[in-house]
Amino acid sequence: MKLRVNGREVYAYTGGKPFDPTLPTIVFVHGAVNDHSVWTLLARWFANHGHGVLALDLPGHMRSAGPAFASVEAMADWLLAVLDAAGVHRAALAGHSLGSLVALEAASRAPDRATHLLMLGTCVPMPVPQALLDLCKSDVHAAIDRVVMFSFSALGAKPSYPGPGTWLRGSSRALMRQVVAQGGEGRLFHTDFSACNDYRTGLDAARRIACPAHLVLAEADQMTLPRNAREVAALLKAHVHTVPGGHFLMQEQPDAVLDALRSALGPGAAR
Amino acid sequence: MPPGPSDPGFDTLALHAGAAPDAATGARALPIHLTTSFVFESSEHAASLFNLERSGHVYSRISNPTNAAFEERMAALEGGVGSIATASGQAALTLAITTLAGAGSHIVSSSALYGGSHNLLAYTLPRFGIETSFVKPGDIDGWRAAIRPSTRLLFGETLGNPGLDVLDIPTVAAIAHEAGVPLLVDSTFTTPWLMRPFDHGADLVYHSATKFLCGHGTVVGGVLIDGGAFDWSRASRFPELNQPYAGFHGMVFSEESTDGAFLLRARREGLRDFGACMSPHTAWLMLQGIETLPLRMARHVENAREVVGFLVAHPMVAGVAYPELENHPSHALARRLLPRGCGAVFSFDLKGSRKQGVAFIEALKLFSHLANVGDCRSLVIHPASTTHFRMDDAALAQAGIGPGTIRLSIGLEDADDLIEDLKRALKAAERAA
Repeated sequence: MKLRVNGREVYAYTGGKPFDPTLPTIVFVHGAVNDHSVWTLLARWFANHGHGVLALDLPGHMRSAGPAFASVEAMADWLLAVLDAAGVHRAALAGHSLGSLVALEAASRAPDRATHLLMLGTCVPMPVPQALLDLCKSDVHAAIDRVVMFSFSALGAKPSYPGPGTWLRGSSRALMRQVVAQGGEGRLFHTDFSACNDYRTGLDAARRIACPAHLVLAEADQMTLPRNAREVAALLKAHVHTVPGGHFLMQEQPDAVLDALRSALGPGAAR
Repeated sequence: MPPGPSDPGFDTLALHAGAAPDAATGARALPIHLTTSFVFESSEHAASLFNLERSGHVYSRISNPTNAAFEERMAALEGGVGSIATASGQAALTLAITTLAGAGSHIVSSSALYGGSHNLLAYTLPRFGIETSFVKPGDIDGWRAAIRPSTRLLFGETLGNPGLDVLDIPTVAAIAHEAGVPLLVDSTFTTPWLMRPFDHGADLVYHSATKFLCGHGTVVGGVLIDGGAFDWSRASRFPELNQPYAGFHGMVFSEESTDGAFLLRARREGLRDFGACMSPHTAWLMLQGIETLPLRMARHVENAREVVGFLVAHPMVAGVAYPELENHPSHALARRLLPRGCGAVFSFDLKGSRKQGVAFIEALKLFSHLANVGDCRSLVIHPASTTHFRMDDAALAQAGIGPGTIRLSIGLEDADDLIEDLKRALKAAERAA
């Protein structure tokens, strides 16, 4: 569905069902140079099990109008404005990678609006090597290839995503190429990864979180090493769910991630 | 980000992509999952699979674990996002077309095609309201001029039948994209080892996997691969992909998957409804073939070059159509797009009559006379006395075939033995004058 936030169009995938703001809401925020389509299986499951679902395209990413925001803080303010536009006061805020930082910051800015904080494939802080930031300026396709290389742990993860017969590395590469082509080639890549790198107040934000927090970490994640999430997990008093696979855990381990989120949201998650 | 592994190379992907040791048994080789269907864990699990809330297998017409490994491996080798295994190469072509086109749609196709593809486009699809305009593959202005508002795709072969015209994929893809339509390529003769059409701008690729991918002349199958670069969400010609589909709960495929919308629709509609799926046993044999594809293709090309060299110099041979030869019309394109070689299927013209062509065929001992290509064994066919035997010489000429045209598919035997066989047969043809 389309929303308008601060005069700009925002796209939200609603899991194949019309969005109902009276249901418990879960908002999914994708990572750098991705879009809502990394969440579609989870979004469909929750939409068909008693939830209102908003899987967003961040500004400047595919279907949401740009420009992209340069900071996690700006994205967090935007996320809260999206909730307003959708008529939602409180929601479970779920994010992957960059999106997990946006969810964290939004929950810290408006603690009363987050029922749950769900951070997937995350660490805080989330520094990005200067070499990758430089590479995206000189050769964005090489930078995408580098991210793909480091984001999958296996050559044949099953059952694949969104369905059998998908070559996950190729699919991830094609998605990022489409997103950067849509968002101004290397500029968007640099903007997103710089936002991760520059967000240095995440641990302070974690201290302000009031809602239940869950981290879903992939044991072979080379982009956001699980050990680098220990401090934020402790500050959040988070339940840590460890699943097999690499950084793109929703693609490599869709069932394990679903199980983790169902567990995180409690018995009411399957209504 | 610490140092880590690099993206695997082609030979590694040919062995490992899409598969891992079996989690249930530890079997190192991929098991053949010969089962029609898969047990649901619960009613809720069943519903979530049917509703695309979970990934998994339901029924082997739609997906199967052995087929999925083959599909992922082919997508990996081609540089695509995924693929669908089909009952044959023709089924793959039909699946591609029926996913994108319906009554009132139009296709622009290269005229240099495999006969089966030509039949489908020229005679069968018009019965269902799909028209095709044929253009010579090298006629760049012709491609552009043939596009209509109803055109849904451009189509050609990497190496076109029968003369091995090399399709100028970068140029034809650019023309397609200017018009907002995808380029579909039949890559059977080249395989991803010789060329990856997505790297040159193609959007969809299919193979008759029966040929070099299988490599052993044992099973019939096809595969349709999506490059994932075409933006279906913005293309006004494809409501099948960017508008709600009543046949699957109003699903909008381009919203479900930004890079895999085409495959979602093709599997959820075309494979489900038309049902031209691959047997898991066939998929397993295809994977066996693909594991040695890099080694075999190198040898196929090496042997083909030896045989071409012999034929070019033989007094009974009027000409050899092989793009590595400087006199071939596609020589320059081949150097650019096919640096590893131009495959192992080609035609040559015997000096002489149909009768001499028959004598040549019948004198061969190592080459098998049959209607296939891409086997590990060398194959031969004489179109004038077999596939095109009803045509007179004028009609043959129209199709680019002479009374003495012979098509060879060079296998993996010792090149010296193949040349010896050809030498004997050429002598027999000479005597039959």
